Amino acid sequence: MRTASIIATAVPNEIGLIEACFYSPDMSESIIPPEVRPKPAVPAKPPHVVAPSPTAPHGPQGLGGLGGGMGYGGVADRAPGSGHLGGGSTLLGYIGIDTIIEQMRKKTMKAGFDFNIMIVGQSGLGKSTLVNTLFKSQVSRWSSAWGSEFKLPKTVEIKAVSHVIEEGGVKMKLTVIDTPGFGDQINNENCWEPISKYINEQYEKFLKEEVNIARKKRIPDTRVHCCLYFISPTGHSLRQLDIEFMKHLSRMVNIVPVIAKSDTMTPDEKNEFKQRVRKELEVCGIEFYPQKEFDDDMEDKNENDKIREAMPFAVVGSDKEYQVNGKRVLGRKTAWGVIEVENPNHCEFALLRDFLIRTHLQDLKEITHNIHYETYRAKRLNENGGLHPISANDTQESNL
Amino acid sequence: GMDAIMLQEKLVERLLCPRVRTARQKEKQYVGFATLPNQVHRKSVKKGFDFTLMVAGESGLGKSTLVNSLFLTDLYKDRKLLNAEERINQTVEIIKHTVDIEEKGVKLKLTIVDTPGFGDAVNNNECWRPITDYIEQQFEQYFRDESGLNRKNIQDNRVHCCLYFIPPFGHGLRPVDVEFMKALHEKVNVVPLIAKSDCLTPNEIKKLKDRVREEIDRFGIKVYQFPECDSDEDEEFKQLDKELKECCPFAVIGSNTVVEARGQRVRGRLYPWGIVEVENQSHCDFVKLRNMLIRSHMHDLKDVTCDVHYENYRAQCIQEMTSKLTQDNRMESPIPILPLATPDVETDRLIKMKDEELARMQEMLNKMQQQIHDGKEQ
Repeated sequence: MRTASIIATAVPNEIGLIEACFYSPDMSESIIPPEVRPKPAVPAKPPHVVAPSPTAPHGPQGLGGLGGGMGYGGVADRAPGSGHLGGGSTLLGYIGIDTIIEQMRKKTMKAGFDFNIMIVGQSGLGKSTLVNTLFKSQVSRWSSAWGSEFKLPKTVEIKAVSHVIEEGGVKMKLTVIDTPGFGDQINNENCWEPISKYINEQYEKFLKEEVNIARKKRIPDTRVHCCLYFISPTGHSLRQLDIEFMKHLSRMVNIVPVIAKSDTMTPDEKNEFKQRVRKELEVCGIEFYPQKEFDDDMEDKNENDKIREAMPFAVVGSDKEYQVNGKRVLGRKTAWGVIEVENPNHCEFALLRDFLIRTHLQDLKEITHNIHYETYRAKRLNENGGLHPISANDTQESNL
Repeated sequence: GMDAIMLQEKLVERLLCPRVRTARQKEKQYVGFATLPNQVHRKSVKKGFDFTLMVAGESGLGKSTLVNSLFLTDLYKDRKLLNAEERINQTVEIIKHTVDIEEKGVKLKLTIVDTPGFGDAVNNNECWRPITDYIEQQFEQYFRDESGLNRKNIQDNRVHCCLYFIPPFGHGLRPVDVEFMKALHEKVNVVPLIAKSDCLTPNEIKKLKDRVREEIDRFGIKVYQFPECDSDEDEEFKQLDKELKECCPFAVIGSNTVVEARGQRVRGRLYPWGIVEVENQSHCDFVKLRNMLIRSHMHDLKDVTCDVHYENYRAQCIQEMTSKLTQDNRMESPIPILPLATPDVETDRLIKMKDEELARMQEMLNKMQQQIHDGKEQ
């Protein structure tokens, strides 16, 4: 979050980051990206409205955290740095600058936005089910392959499936990238290579577009914004494969580790396991998202610290509904009770969902763009001694 | 009273000689050897039984917990779990725990063979090798002892049963499961189990079992088969036997903790959404496994180990030896010199001893021959 001195104070803090939209001319440290893409706007709220609570029912607010996620969140959770008067001038009368938020919001809603999530983990850990539960739609690749026999691929494959989902007038093109075959063979050496190759290929694609002479107004973004890594709930500690994967990839993509099928552990076992896992990640120098080094300010740090303490989230997924205490809930029915997916006493699915979708969705994209992609880009620039912009008509192999 | 004694006798009969028809069934003049089973019983009770059980599977599948639940022990209380960094260079180990259990005057020397490290590495090629080597070493040891001179106190360390833990998280058998079972099915009785089955709904368990059974067939894996019921067994036994067979592979849950359920203290797991009871047959197949392993088929497992797996090994060994002997033109050795898979210190020492003995005998022979020769010349 870049603080900027704003010219007018007509905007109270609750509305969001108007600072993101424009910069004052005497800002010495603002770094403007090559193309100034307007950041998606926060839905305009009159000052007295309270932010939606995380446990709100899934009405229009369901994915509406997207509205929250798009800008810098609702009122309480990600309040921006306090604005302050620059220059000492006082306003006389109302100009209407704040309406820019609404204009931006309309534009973004029209354009819609992309989100690309990759799921990695051994077969059978409930990856597809979890993704379907997260987005409350059949978005995984299994949904489009009914009746097909389950076959274990011999090498790691990358399968991307896209769906456009809509909520509250907001359209999202969600791409789920599955990685069947990961960790399933007897010899799993280097099984992360196809995955890192894919991630880099997306960066390369974006880079090529960026460097074009005549480039598209809105570059299609296929870069992986978030990689959900599924940890097997052994109850002991991380497996060697987990460590190897995260070591190799945590510097090129946002990794969000989750403990899969956590209904196999009692609450005590869960806590012990989580602690051990966090300690191991620390010892191995693996930084999962949200990374400490990218916390912009104290507020970010406090909020993210809390999240980091609670990670990795122990989740359970389900696409079946059962009746519990007169309500219909998503869950798993066993001989000894019903495990409710959205009950925070049963598992941390709700925490994961809120974190991923309602508060940090936009941040995931930004870190991907501003940090991971830039790292890749810098590397490429240094490799070839500079990039040569090529015209779109150039059919030859690129000068990159 | 009488019922208890009869029940006990029936149990012991099954333990000792499940397939022997007792003399009672033959109509003859009473000679008196009908008491033979009781005599055997008394002697065996004095001597005690032994049983070696191997557990194999990736770490974190509840193997130790299940063993503790089966035998009501706490064999692993001093165990320290390694973290991932410590495990980087870990190879598959073989660790034995022995415990003496006594129940109603019957003594059991139980040996649990653990296989930590199996399937945990990134590259698990041939990770079953140390395990198959261990099993063969025990056969080899027994072979030597059996062929040796002092057979009074032979220790039987042969593995009678191997419980193989299949993760409940997959969609069936994984490549490592298939390869492991195929590497072992002709050396030991393999009993596949579905581990930590409390994370599966009843429907999922059924689907997984069907899939595993189908894959076991398809890949030609020879898991331990329950023997056919004798036609003169009672209906209850036959029914139980049928249920047992249809239930495989057993979906198990273990627990080291005691919880309060339905007014009783039972071994179980306490979740926010309910209590899983290890010994509740509608929750898992733990009871079936325990009954099979301990109460009805322990003797059969030992029989099959001795009569099938060990005999196969022995026949193979002898064949190799005879072909080697004819090749080498060696002096006929009273002690079988066997090719070792992975020689260990003890076996090395034994070989050295025998070799020295042979050398001494050869020297003596030479001396004698020399003396005879000298004597002739004079």
